[in-house]
Amino acid sequence: MADALKTTILNAAHRAIPGARMVEFGGYDMPVQYADGIMAEHRWTRENAGAFDVSHMGPCFLVLDKRSGDPEADHAAIAEIVETLVPGDIKGLKPGQLRYSMLLNGQGGMIDDLMIGRPRVTARNGMLYIVVNAGGKEADFELFRQAAAGKATLRRADERGLIAVQGPRAVEAVAKILPEVAALSFMFLVRLEYEGQGIICSRSGYTGEDGLEILIPAGIARAFWDRLLQDPLVKPIGLGARDSLRLEAGLPLYGHDADETVSPVEANLAFAISKRRRREQNFPGAARIEHELDGALARKRVGLLIEGAPAREGAEIADANGRIVGRVTSGGFSPTLSRPIAMGFVPPELSTPGTKLSVFVRGKSQGAEVTGLPFVAHRYVRKA
Amino acid sequence: MRFTKDHEWVEVDGDIATVGITAYAAEQLGDVVFVETPAVGKIVKAGEGLAVVESVKAASDVYAPISGEVVAANDGLSDAPETVNASAETDGWFARVKIADAAELDALMDRAAYEQYLGTL
Repeated sequence: MADALKTTILNAAHRAIPGARMVEFGGYDMPVQYADGIMAEHRWTRENAGAFDVSHMGPCFLVLDKRSGDPEADHAAIAEIVETLVPGDIKGLKPGQLRYSMLLNGQGGMIDDLMIGRPRVTARNGMLYIVVNAGGKEADFELFRQAAAGKATLRRADERGLIAVQGPRAVEAVAKILPEVAALSFMFLVRLEYEGQGIICSRSGYTGEDGLEILIPAGIARAFWDRLLQDPLVKPIGLGARDSLRLEAGLPLYGHDADETVSPVEANLAFAISKRRRREQNFPGAARIEHELDGALARKRVGLLIEGAPAREGAEIADANGRIVGRVTSGGFSPTLSRPIAMGFVPPELSTPGTKLSVFVRGKSQGAEVTGLPFVAHRYVRKA
Repeated sequence: MRFTKDHEWVEVDGDIATVGITAYAAEQLGDVVFVETPAVGKIVKAGEGLAVVESVKAASDVYAPISGEVVAANDGLSDAPETVNASAETDGWFARVKIADAAELDALMDRAAYEQYLGTL
């Protein structure tokens, strides 16, 4: 047997749920589904509130070694360190704001995608809350350590619980335990006290629905999870439905829809490249990315509506003449649309919604029409 | 009805074998969203791919439990793949095969042996 799987702080909780089916994901022993199955769990999340254990991911804090006491200056100092790795505007984060970004290599390829948040309370400025993916977290943490050497310290937080609660009634459910979350706007976070310990709640997620992601100390994570699941609005949801939900939401899964060769422009994530950073040209791979933004783009991530059998990762995409033009990077069945959908890369001239392409599934050609992303509209809640 | 270790079932009527997947297999797959049945006239060999069944998450091969010629396919599954979950061992059949070598049936398990096998999984 290979290396023993790692477990999250909620592993025993999953195993106590009848019908939980555990699989390996990112080196962790994780629930792919519970008794109701992926389809029912997916629909429950779209209609009510689903609780996901995402503690396998890589939450951490990057903290200035010497703070000046001026919150703006301290935020700028810690943001400057992180901006050496990402193309996003981290200095410009408002107190309590969270931003999606990506770690880039020197060629502008994506090392990982991540969330970066600024503390709301001025006394805590000079630190950033960062969450990277499970698969590359050790390497990502090392990148932060190198970038911060002598200036700031990385504190990993991946021994804690990280619980996503997603769906149109997710905030209502969590607000019964933590009333303050109701006031959060999408992509903002707040640090709260629960059972005398600090937890971080961000109004964010990866399903296309409104919801929260909650970082909670290991000692109280299980009790919080159990309390959440006592609410009839909330059901536990496995990684299977997490994947079908994020696919419908058109959100890329790192390692599938993005990798070290893929730039954020190719991945259709150009929104994450800040105008100021583009002017400054001071992030890794800036020259390639500028070139691509100017129109020299080789490929672009698109959505595909598939006819017939689901087209899975690796399926070839062909143009109207049968010439292979790309590959599917994630694909499956959409429970909401009751049809197969996929994402993949095609040349930009074939990326316009409505373009008729085909995909090969088990050697047979099937229709595939380019469509705008997301497949299912996002329902994020932004407050004025 | 006889069974394979890959969780296919065979019901024999004269020289025709109806083939499907067991209720256990359907439960393990989860919600079936697509079924690819074989073309009528296709010659299959025992152990080779006969059909493909797809859940939300993955595609799985269904192997022919016996050799022969496909004489019918369950076309109803294209519009209602969920029949495989609801009635795996009856209406959820995949194909009917004209048996080429009845001796191959001897290698398959009966219900009691299959249930015992499931207990070891």
